[in-house]
Amino acid sequence: MANNEMEAAIENTGKAQTTSAKTAGEVVIRLEHLKKSFGSKEVLKDINMELREGENLVVLGRSGTGKSVAIKCMVGMLAQDEGICNVFGQEVKTLSENDLKSLREKIGFLFQSGALYDSMTVRDNLAFPLTRVRKMKDNDEINTLVEEMLENVGLLDAIDKMPADLSGGMRKRIGLARTLIMKPQIMLYDEPTTGLDPITSKEISELILTMRKKYKTSSIIITHDIACAKITADRILVMNDGIFIAEGACNELEHSDDELVRSFFK
Amino acid sequence: MEQIKSPSWSKTFEEVGNQVSFMSGFIRNIFRTGFEWNELVRQCYMIGYNSFKLVGITGFILGFVMTLQSIPTMKVFGAVSFVPGMVSVSVIREIGPVIIALLCAGKVASGIGAELGSMKVTEQIDAMEVSGANPVQYLVVTRIIACTLMVPLLSVMADGLAICGGYFGSNISGHVTAVLYFNKAFHALAFGDLLPSVIKSVFFGFAIGFVGCYKGYNSNGGTESVGVAANSAVVSASLWIIVLDAVAVQLTSIFVYN
Repeated sequence: MANNEMEAAIENTGKAQTTSAKTAGEVVIRLEHLKKSFGSKEVLKDINMELREGENLVVLGRSGTGKSVAIKCMVGMLAQDEGICNVFGQEVKTLSENDLKSLREKIGFLFQSGALYDSMTVRDNLAFPLTRVRKMKDNDEINTLVEEMLENVGLLDAIDKMPADLSGGMRKRIGLARTLIMKPQIMLYDEPTTGLDPITSKEISELILTMRKKYKTSSIIITHDIACAKITADRILVMNDGIFIAEGACNELEHSDDELVRSFFK
Repeated sequence: MEQIKSPSWSKTFEEVGNQVSFMSGFIRNIFRTGFEWNELVRQCYMIGYNSFKLVGITGFILGFVMTLQSIPTMKVFGAVSFVPGMVSVSVIREIGPVIIALLCAGKVASGIGAELGSMKVTEQIDAMEVSGANPVQYLVVTRIIACTLMVPLLSVMADGLAICGGYFGSNISGHVTAVLYFNKAFHALAFGDLLPSVIKSVFFGFAIGFVGCYKGYNSNGGTESVGVAANSAVVSASLWIIVLDAVAVQLTSIFVYN
């Protein structure tokens, strides 16, 4: 009985979260009938989704279903074959080089591997976007920002280390710090917990939530780690074979009629 | 039975188109604001200073060996006194720039191809691009310009050391004073020998930098593609050097020696 009540409470919370996410804020990313093929392989078949301001949207799906391709279209790394990919009201595919650069400054992208620049120290990695994109010149100001950001991710001690000296979890944290130092309005996480142990995965997931609170970002988190999805998601989209097959809060999807959707939560 | 496929022309044209597009990206980014001067200096150091020893030793041995090989033949004709001039002219006009460029193709082009290839595979270039930074300006422009500047300098240095090597070679088979040897060596040279050689080296340097960057920047796939990028950078750069040399020799004979 008590368990049923708890489940119902969780379900209600989940529904409330979904509703609040749907109603809160403006739409910052909108995909409509997005299609993308590589040669004869159709990766995205018909993708429709919206991300609202302040929302944490998790995209769940097996490897190779097209999750990363979808977020790469959002930052103009890949151009869709058909459909609309609209970010902050701008159609990404039609943007000029300068407009795309301006748009990218508002979007943070955390790569699966962290993608730290191997030839630079952690300090230089974080300073790189500040000097190259923000064109900041004052070294003291840059150092203050770098140190502040490293403190946020709990890795101030690693400031003068090379990426090769860092563990996988540390690389992801530094990657996150390097992305957030630009104060993006949208964060795109490409499998942030893949390859990490459960404890570090949980730490990264919690860090995503903390950073979202602190920097008020809207996020899309691509993952197949259900623990990460449960911690971070306001809303979950389940992707399979190039289309979204389900949408809802975590507890809704856990009890979905679709066997494939349920299988993610087992 | 497996069918033998005919060469795909569309792929060849696609490759040419990609190279033209890469070249136009390079040219556009040279003149864009925010030129990476510090990175250019770092690349000049990496490419120039780090190849200094290898190129120096090669240049010295080149002159040394040429002299030792030539003396017995020249002795037959009683023309040993022409050896210093022969070594200096052949090294400066042809052998020096080509050998040093091929050496740099092996060392520098493969290094650039592997470095940019691994950056591409580990998504570092994508991360730069997505952050709003300009990876072409930071990675490509600096490396190509550094190669274009450093290869001629290395080549001139190797030429000088080859003449020194020739002096040591002459002193193994008999005694020649330094003054006499270098007088003979420089007397045989004209400005028309040095200038085309340096200009040729500039193009060799550009080819090494361009091919290394193009192969590395466009590698895709797993770690295997890093090796492929490095390997094909060396092969393509070497081929370009030979082709450019053939063109340069032809142009020099038309415009300088005629």
